[in-house]
Amino acid sequence: MAYLELNNIYKTYGEGEHATEVLSNINLSIEEGEFVAIVGFTGSGKTTLVNLINGLLKPTSGEVLFKGEPVVDTSHDRGVIFQNYSLLPWLTVGQNVYMAVKEAFPKESKAALKKRVDDYVAMVSLSPAINKRPKELSGGMRQRVAVARALAMNPEMIIMDEPLGALDALTRGNLQDEILNIWSKDKRTALLITNDVDEAIYMADRVIPLKPGPNATLGPEFKIDIERPRDKTALNDNPSYKKTRNAIIEYLMDIGAERKSVSKEEYTLPDIAPKSFVA
Amino acid sequence: MEQDITLKKEGQSTAFIKSLLAKVTPKIQKGDIFNSLKKAGITIVSILLFLGLWHLGSKALYNKEASYKIEKALTERGQEAADAERACIESGESSCQPNTLPSPSQVWGSLQSLIADHKVITADKAAFAEKMATTNAKLVAQGKDAIIYTGRASFVDIVLTSIKTVFAGFLLALLIAVPIGIVIGLSPSLRSAFNWFIQIFKPVSPVVWYLLVFMIVKTLYIGDSSDNAFVISFISVGLCAMWATLVNTAMGVASVDKDYINVAKVLKLGTFQKVFKVILPSSLPLIFTGLRITLSVAWMVLIAIELLAQSQGLGLFVWEEFQNGANDSNAKIIVAMFVIGIIGFLLDRLMLTVQNMVSFNKND
Repeated sequence: MAYLELNNIYKTYGEGEHATEVLSNINLSIEEGEFVAIVGFTGSGKTTLVNLINGLLKPTSGEVLFKGEPVVDTSHDRGVIFQNYSLLPWLTVGQNVYMAVKEAFPKESKAALKKRVDDYVAMVSLSPAINKRPKELSGGMRQRVAVARALAMNPEMIIMDEPLGALDALTRGNLQDEILNIWSKDKRTALLITNDVDEAIYMADRVIPLKPGPNATLGPEFKIDIERPRDKTALNDNPSYKKTRNAIIEYLMDIGAERKSVSKEEYTLPDIAPKSFVA
Repeated sequence: MEQDITLKKEGQSTAFIKSLLAKVTPKIQKGDIFNSLKKAGITIVSILLFLGLWHLGSKALYNKEASYKIEKALTERGQEAADAERACIESGESSCQPNTLPSPSQVWGSLQSLIADHKVITADKAAFAEKMATTNAKLVAQGKDAIIYTGRASFVDIVLTSIKTVFAGFLLALLIAVPIGIVIGLSPSLRSAFNWFIQIFKPVSPVVWYLLVFMIVKTLYIGDSSDNAFVISFISVGLCAMWATLVNTAMGVASVDKDYINVAKVLKLGTFQKVFKVILPSSLPLIFTGLRITLSVAWMVLIAIELLAQSQGLGLFVWEEFQNGANDSNAKIIVAMFVIGIIGFLLDRLMLTVQNMVSFNKND
């Protein structure tokens, strides 16, 4: 039995005639300790998929199974790193993390919780900024706080919803390595949603493209058999990397072209001519 | 490595002290001094201009009324009466002065006399307390009420009564509007249940609120001879002013960023925790904007309500001076006007400071 299983998931927003089907027939299974990446265009329903898995949304039909149990609500076992950091702006870095650990470990003493906060903030190397508010931090630092908050709850699975989407390329690269570092320490199960094919291949064991919505569904999966730890520069010359990358991009481009050709509606332009003010 | 860490720590603490110092001691630069001098200069010039225009205006009005008086005496009672009237006005005797917009100097004089009056009354009170000390001690020992000073209230007492009324009303508004605002902000169905109520009662005028409160409080205090003017006026002020806070709180709570709600869900916060740790902090800026409007509305409607409720505050003072029609009544009214304006301004500043303290949106 798989660790996380999605069986025939459909999700529609709205009702009756106005209903739009965002996700249709999603089937996915993730094994324990696996790092899976889902790649897709913006607006293809990636966030909806994430929210179904973490329990913020319920599928219209089908079921999400986590360790064999249906997901009905959010859980501390599944830590979430949101796309837009979602830090509480009135709390400092330390307080943001503390709030999470206090909920996750209600029985621990205050000192133990504090230590946990300090440890995780140090892990993302933000100790000097522990008393700062999110407004005073850069985008990359904020996302590191979000990573610390999610990991400090010691979840069995980490769900990342385009965690690095809003960052510049350099910070992005650094954070990718940091996340991989943390992941490789205790090999938690991880699900990464991204729009960056390179990022997906660099980080994941398996890459699955999401065919864009409406009616988004998962495409064929691509196994990434490159040994870890992976080296970004060496990766560029790796033939298997190049092949997989091209295959994924080709697949995504094809469905992109398909999408464009589908929406070939004819618009008749009104017959208007500019008015002449001279005559 | 260890040394490195301690060094870092030291650096941190000195940096902290430095930033603290920077906050406490305002940065003074050459340009700043020049700018603030320029600002102060402009303010002073505009005040002088205002006083000058006021002086000229009041003088014109004074002359108009004076010449009308002399003219009237001439047509009704002949040349001799007119001359006497002119002489009387020029001599500055109070009985025949034109009663019009007072000049700045008259208002200043009235302020002085009000302060002097306050000193006299305070002295009176002290003398009374001293005189009654032994009697009161006996009365208290017998379990009876002490005799209190019931003389005229001084201007300072009047101002204090008004401030007390406003704060009592403000507190009432806060205690009613914030909890209700939170509850209806949280529940869309309660929101629609309350909506008609808010829409209908929000625009009701202070006078009508006063009458409503009067009807109720009068019956509640029936058979009780104690003065309920203060109770009536502060409740009316509170009810009049609470709407801004109610609407803003409900809006703030209802429009909490969805991301924060998602965070609360993912962290699995309980309802209580969710409301107090996430929803309330994120709506505090809007709540305080509402409270600030409430306080300024409270101060504005206070005058009308005190007047109606016969509560010994500035509203009643203004009305009584107007009815009084004494020589310096108009000047006293203008004094009250300035006092009302200045206190209103100070209250607004106070709220603004508190608002800035709780707001997390500030840039520094």
